[in-house]
Amino acid sequence: MIRIITVYGPMLCGALGRTLLLALLGLFFACIIGLFFGILGVLKNRACNVISQIFVDVIRGVPMIVLAFFVYFGIPYLFNTMIGGFNISLSALQAGTICLALNCGAYMAEIVRAGIQSVDPGQMEAARSLGLTYGMAMRKVVLPQAIRTMIPTFINQFIITLKDTSILSVIGFPELVNTAKNVQANTFMSFQTWAIVGIMYLIVITILSRSAKMVERRLSIGR
Amino acid sequence: MADKSTVKIKVEHLNKKFGSLEVLKDISTEVYAGEVVCVIGPSGSGKSTFLRCLNRLEKASAGLIVVDGEEILSKQVNINHVREKIGMVFQHFNLFNNLNIIDNLTLAPVELGKCSKEEATERAKKMLERVGLEDKANSFPSQLSGGQKQRVAFARALCMEPDIMLFDEPTSALDPEMVGEVLQVMKSLAADGMTMVIVTHEMGFAREVADRVIFMDGGYIVEEGTPQEVLLNPKEERTIDFLNKVL
Repeated sequence: MIRIITVYGPMLCGALGRTLLLALLGLFFACIIGLFFGILGVLKNRACNVISQIFVDVIRGVPMIVLAFFVYFGIPYLFNTMIGGFNISLSALQAGTICLALNCGAYMAEIVRAGIQSVDPGQMEAARSLGLTYGMAMRKVVLPQAIRTMIPTFINQFIITLKDTSILSVIGFPELVNTAKNVQANTFMSFQTWAIVGIMYLIVITILSRSAKMVERRLSIGR
Repeated sequence: MADKSTVKIKVEHLNKKFGSLEVLKDISTEVYAGEVVCVIGPSGSGKSTFLRCLNRLEKASAGLIVVDGEEILSKQVNINHVREKIGMVFQHFNLFNNLNIIDNLTLAPVELGKCSKEEATERAKKMLERVGLEDKANSFPSQLSGGQKQRVAFARALCMEPDIMLFDEPTSALDPEMVGEVLQVMKSLAADGMTMVIVTHEMGFAREVADRVIFMDGGYIVEEGTPQEVLLNPKEERTIDFLNKVL
């Protein structure tokens, strides 16, 4: 155990850093995707609602490991070989970010949609009756209230996404799980290696959820 | 008070359907400048829907609605511009819960570029004073009583300096002892010559303040006239029946 920490500690910490980087990149784009499709889902326009629903259904209906293989191997193969004339290659980080962003984005879209719909329709009506446009009313009145109710579910989704980065070890991104596999292969100390990795995840996620709780409490002041 | 030469709202053959349910059937009426019109009738008679059609919160299925010279059902009309001139007060107040009282009042004027933040704040304070709530400027809606919320809603609408005010059962969600304070503000508005259309169950208020009373039932205007005519000497069977039940 001690030997793993002293010899492989820096390597595992670096891997944890890459896990966090991947999670942050994924979350960042997932928020944009989620907000976009979530709002598309509440617009008073049938076509927009359908597009949003299809996106959510397709992404939610596919396991992330399949999505990862599809993005990393399938998409370049489609353009380079099947269509031809392209020379696309995605790095594991790029493919991983796309995967996480799509997957987490679909769940975010549902959270955003439900959050917006939980705001009393009277708020929108009152804003519109004053002459504000739909966009102004959304930005200034509805979204700020929706986001407050969304925060706990958002945090939950952040944690799930952070853990989901481990799935991306299958496309060779050197995040924590992938690196730990190498450590195990070198040392044959499975119990110790995976215990250490488990504890590393546990610490990061506990810190994350505790600080998120604090943010949540601060935001609810004056409500 | 009403200036019969200026028509503020003209409604002709208004029809509104929700799916196959016809809620408004061939409604025609006019509201003059400075006139106070009370719309009464049983639940489900279409009176709220009628009111909401006037600023297009509900889109009429057929007919003609002209507000301040603008044909609001026409595609060329920018409804947001028209709404700036029509204040609306709701049964459930609908104050913006994420904003404090002063921001509730200044949001629309500032956001729509009507005036600077300072001017808007200045005017908002005057309006709060008018409804007797100048000390609540920094409170949040959740900290106010129902009557106070409704008075803030009045002030919010007034900050846009509307020509017309629409009231959708403004006292129906209030405790009985708070009804008075809200009616008081409405009376002072009426005295200032504001054009008002009020959906209400307050018969006493209608009799005292209204220039004209419209009785609706089943999606039709059954009877309209002065409070004297409609409330005290109703001609239609249905009106007599309704008034017997509520008075």
